Amino acid sequence: MAGYILRRLLAAIPVLAIVAVLVFLMLRLTPGDPAAVIAGDNASSEQIAQVRQKLGLDQSLPAQFAIWIGNLLHGNLGESFFFKKSIGELILGRIEPTLSLAAATMLIAVCVAIPLGVVAAYRHGSWLDRIVMGMSVLGFSVPVFVIGYLLIYVFSITLGWFPVQGYQPLSAGLGGYLHRLVLPAVTLSVVYIALIARMTRASVLEVLNEDYIRTARAKGQVERKILFRHALKNAAVPIVTVVGIGIALLIGGVVVTESVFAIPGLGRLTVDAVLARDYPTIQALILMFSGVYVLINLLIDLTYSLFDPRIRH
Amino acid sequence: MSAEPVSAEPTLLAPVAAAPLPPGRTLAARLMRNPVVAIGAGFLLLMALIGAFAPLLGTLDPGAINPATRNRPPGFERTIRAEDGSTSTFRHRMGTDSLGRDVYSRVLYGARVSLAIAVSVAALSLAVGLLLGLVAGYIRPLDGPIMRLMDGLMAIPGILLAIAVVSLFRAGLPAVIAAIVVPEIPRVVRLVRSIVLSVREEPYVEAAIMAGTRLPLLMARHILPNTVAPLIVQGTFIAASAILVEAVLSFLGIGIPPETPSWGNIMAEGRNLFRVYPHNILYPGIVLGLTVLAVNMLGDGLRDTLDPKMTGR
Repeated sequence: MAGYILRRLLAAIPVLAIVAVLVFLMLRLTPGDPAAVIAGDNASSEQIAQVRQKLGLDQSLPAQFAIWIGNLLHGNLGESFFFKKSIGELILGRIEPTLSLAAATMLIAVCVAIPLGVVAAYRHGSWLDRIVMGMSVLGFSVPVFVIGYLLIYVFSITLGWFPVQGYQPLSAGLGGYLHRLVLPAVTLSVVYIALIARMTRASVLEVLNEDYIRTARAKGQVERKILFRHALKNAAVPIVTVVGIGIALLIGGVVVTESVFAIPGLGRLTVDAVLARDYPTIQALILMFSGVYVLINLLIDLTYSLFDPRIRH
Repeated sequence: MSAEPVSAEPTLLAPVAAAPLPPGRTLAARLMRNPVVAIGAGFLLLMALIGAFAPLLGTLDPGAINPATRNRPPGFERTIRAEDGSTSTFRHRMGTDSLGRDVYSRVLYGARVSLAIAVSVAALSLAVGLLLGLVAGYIRPLDGPIMRLMDGLMAIPGILLAIAVVSLFRAGLPAVIAAIVVPEIPRVVRLVRSIVLSVREEPYVEAAIMAGTRLPLLMARHILPNTVAPLIVQGTFIAASAILVEAVLSFLGIGIPPETPSWGNIMAEGRNLFRVYPHNILYPGIVLGLTVLAVNMLGDGLRDTLDPKMTGR
């Protein structure tokens, strides 16, 4: 197992290295002088020269890459010329809202989608199945921000149950924190529920035809236990995989949802950085999100043997 | 591989390769018998007609600003004075935005922009992906580099990659199309490559190689036809996601220029005054959701019909 983990970790390195090269080249593909771009629109020529020297932009491309990667590996993500802060600091200050939103979304999605998918598979072909499948196609078809504004309109403006926008840190009280987290998390979970419910249904449907399900029924096992113990457990690997793939969707959704609900997280930071053309910050955020995405999927691969002991590493 | 250039194309040896699709008439008949496909295709045809004939459908110039009638609710009637002094009333079916532009007209004209983006993104992604996939699947030395690059691109969450591409160029339609195309390419490449890898082991392909078929002909006649059905399905899903991503980019303020009436832009414009005038987000949101739903239904139906193994999933 330890050997397998190590091998998988090593295999993730080239992928992340390619991402790093792509992100590095991104700035070089922009028309114009990268130093001027990094320094921002209002920089004087001295400031631009300073940036050029500081980042080694007067050196050859491979040397620049080496400097940049060296800084990254030392944990130095660079400096945002727009926010006038080190990017590491900037990101650290924005992690809590995004992490909270992502965790709450995932919790809601898994708790809603898996039972829905299992029931849809069990009642295959029934009206219930059709509704679940129909809703899941619908969930894929409506942009996150439209769902967000609809929920705000209904639950915040019309019914007044939730605040319209904003975020309250956990340290300021659990009640206010959760109260402001519910709507954004529900908004973001819709597409994720659609994805997971669909995969759960397909995977459980396949398993329900297996001999051991018939055996379980023959020995008089309760249907609920057949579904959730015998079927779901054997159908788990594809479901867990899609939960991991969906992280990409979640990250994209975070960017949009934080803008709709005015949550000061990493997604909002990404949009602000793009609007300000703050390239060092954009680069750092893309690298970070990609790293998280790759690592979570790696972790998920490692859990396969928990669900299916036949998968040995 | 190097084929002997002596013999002509051996049509007798490989007559089955070029017919993975059933003849057109039966296929179309089978497709239309599927109510999901019929509804999806019908709605899309309707939207295309609405976009094409937008000037005839009681619309105003979608860019015409009118400071006197800003932020009017749906159903507001305004008096228009013609040059000869006669007056007529115009009913703003979907209200007006904060610049006094008619939302109904903008939504109808927006169908042009959104559908054009959907079609061009799907076509471009398929073309580039097909080319790279064929090369990766058939020319072994290039397989590694191409696929590693694709792995790197896939490790960056789609919306984030699109945001990064947009930030490199000046805002405009080409930049937005490129931004949506780039994250879609790796999926197409993987699909095409996997088909090529399995097809090249088929006896009819080996026979064609033995008979000395040249590479371009081999590709065109024996390998390419196998990719048609999966690519059509993939293309529909790309089109659906293109409409959504365009809306998201425009909504975040980094899409096509705000004066262009795309559904995303209409909603972006309505953001600030959403609490008071929700119609600016509601109407385009509903039209966009229904359109994407129609594309997704078409895609699901196509997949079920073209790939019978997937039916009911």
